[in-house]
Amino acid sequence: MAMPLESPISFTNVGRIRWWQRGIFASQTGYVLLALLGLLIAMHFASPYFFSQGNMQNVAKNFSFIAIATLGITLVIITGGIDLSVGSMMCFSAMVTSMVMSGLSTPGMPGAFLFVHLAADGKTVVANVPGLILIVSILAGLVTALIVGFVNGFCIAVLGLSPFVTTLGMLSIVRGLGYVVSNGRGSFPGGPDADYFYALTSGDLLGVPAPFIYLVVLAAVMAIVLHHTSFGRHVFALGGNEKAAELTGIPVVRVKIEVYMICALAAGLQGIIVSGWLGSAPANMATSYELNVIAAAVIGGANLAGGVGGALGAIVGCVLLEVIRNGLVLAQVSSYWQQTLVGVIIILAVLVDRIRSRTT
Amino acid sequence: METAGTAGQPVLELRGIGKEFGAIRALHDVDLQVFPGEVVGLMGDNGAGKSTLVKIIAGNFRPTVGEVRFDGDAVHFYRPIDARAVGIEVVYQDLALADNLTAAANVFLGRELKRRVGPFAFLDHNAMAARALELFGELRSETRPHDLVKQMSGGQRQAVAIARTRLSNAKLVMMDEPTAAISVRQVEQVLSLIHRLKEQGVAVMLISHRMPDVFAVCDRVVVMRRGEKRADKPIRDTSPEEVTALITGAKEAA
Repeated sequence: MAMPLESPISFTNVGRIRWWQRGIFASQTGYVLLALLGLLIAMHFASPYFFSQGNMQNVAKNFSFIAIATLGITLVIITGGIDLSVGSMMCFSAMVTSMVMSGLSTPGMPGAFLFVHLAADGKTVVANVPGLILIVSILAGLVTALIVGFVNGFCIAVLGLSPFVTTLGMLSIVRGLGYVVSNGRGSFPGGPDADYFYALTSGDLLGVPAPFIYLVVLAAVMAIVLHHTSFGRHVFALGGNEKAAELTGIPVVRVKIEVYMICALAAGLQGIIVSGWLGSAPANMATSYELNVIAAAVIGGANLAGGVGGALGAIVGCVLLEVIRNGLVLAQVSSYWQQTLVGVIIILAVLVDRIRSRTT
Repeated sequence: METAGTAGQPVLELRGIGKEFGAIRALHDVDLQVFPGEVVGLMGDNGAGKSTLVKIIAGNFRPTVGEVRFDGDAVHFYRPIDARAVGIEVVYQDLALADNLTAAANVFLGRELKRRVGPFAFLDHNAMAARALELFGELRSETRPHDLVKQMSGGQRQAVAIARTRLSNAKLVMMDEPTAAISVRQVEQVLSLIHRLKEQGVAVMLISHRMPDVFAVCDRVVVMRRGEKRADKPIRDTSPEEVTALITGAKEAA
């Protein structure tokens, strides 16, 4: 069917876009990454402790504590949506996980006989299958997150409610449920598998904090999915022009629901990891974290209007926030300045992008 | 050029199409034939029934009465995707492009080419870019597959939207006001794109308000007024004045 060309098309009028005008180099993520590198160099000269192994581990761990949730919300922001319920979700998943874990580890609790028995001394609790409680309880937390994400996605994609309002409601609902199930008290991961739990969440591998390893793996997966699968392409198309996405036959409803489920799942996983580091899941855990997570995503180049963003940007945003926090501490500046500075950086990052896109 | 396809089987045939929305009669007893390689201009004032007719052909609406035949067979479209499956493509007025994606990504949106690696399917970027470049070549459009649609001119955007219809080897392409919002030079590009489609035996329905464009590319013009077909004649047997009179109702029918 292809018609033979008399001559290949020549681009007489249309110039080639230069490499520095495309891809990462022309994105907000690129600029913020440059700023981050500048900041790291400045920090090195400002404080000899900054690049010490201990401090680096600290930084890596701290930013990993919001970065996984940031990956998830970046996905939602790319589709042009928003999820305000991530902070509550982190808390609720962590809570469900630790409650299931301690419940199943207490002989006499419903279902616990399947998992534990008392040792001969009548006091020590022994797991029937080591690790099984851990798996079941983490799954319980993640499935809870998936259900909440599905409800978010269903309300937004099928019922047509606004993402802002839906997830604002969900923020309150999930936080409230957290207080209901825990009666306002914190819950603690306990039982025979608690050691595994702490090893997985706040341990390290050859000096690299475990959360950081999860983050790198998840970010790599997300980058591949976004740029090399049709799901990722549909996510971008949805944020670029939702009507076009619909007209070209993209399953808009399904993609939206999936995106909110992934976001909630990431938040849930993040919450579980944070609770391992805290050693408990208090009912007020991760309160207002949604603002940090959204701020990190936006600084990293995710555009709240939709259509722009990526895994690298999410991480860059989180690292930048953490380096600033860490830097202010090392410089012995009052930590109250941190929040002010974060606000300034959000506006600056968006402003630079605005100016750049106006000049090209 | 000889009026195309006066012989042979029409690619699209409408028989006695009527559409009512409650008490409102949007279309009444419309018969229409479109032949392969023919460009038909569909004209009419706002509310004349053009868009209802287009939406019936594109599968957005079902007709209240009448029959749609495509390639000789009666067809029933329940959704736009059904119409696309038999070979009807629509280029929408706002083009339905995602600005943040590249030209190639837009051409293949919803129909991405994939490469299987084990259990996973990954996008085949090279194959899509190569095929898109080929399509732009056929359309004689200077459009690079890797450029973002955001950075493109109106004419290039049209080329991307039209290239999308070429992907499936559509037999009928309906274009809704393709020249409404672009510059004079780009109008010329779009009209030449329509010529390219015609050369390849594709039937084109051009819905337009712009008389010069219709007279520049169409073989035949169909005028709608008050939900009825008032005229259907070869372009060489009519004049812009007559068509204007038919659209406004100064002349009842021709």
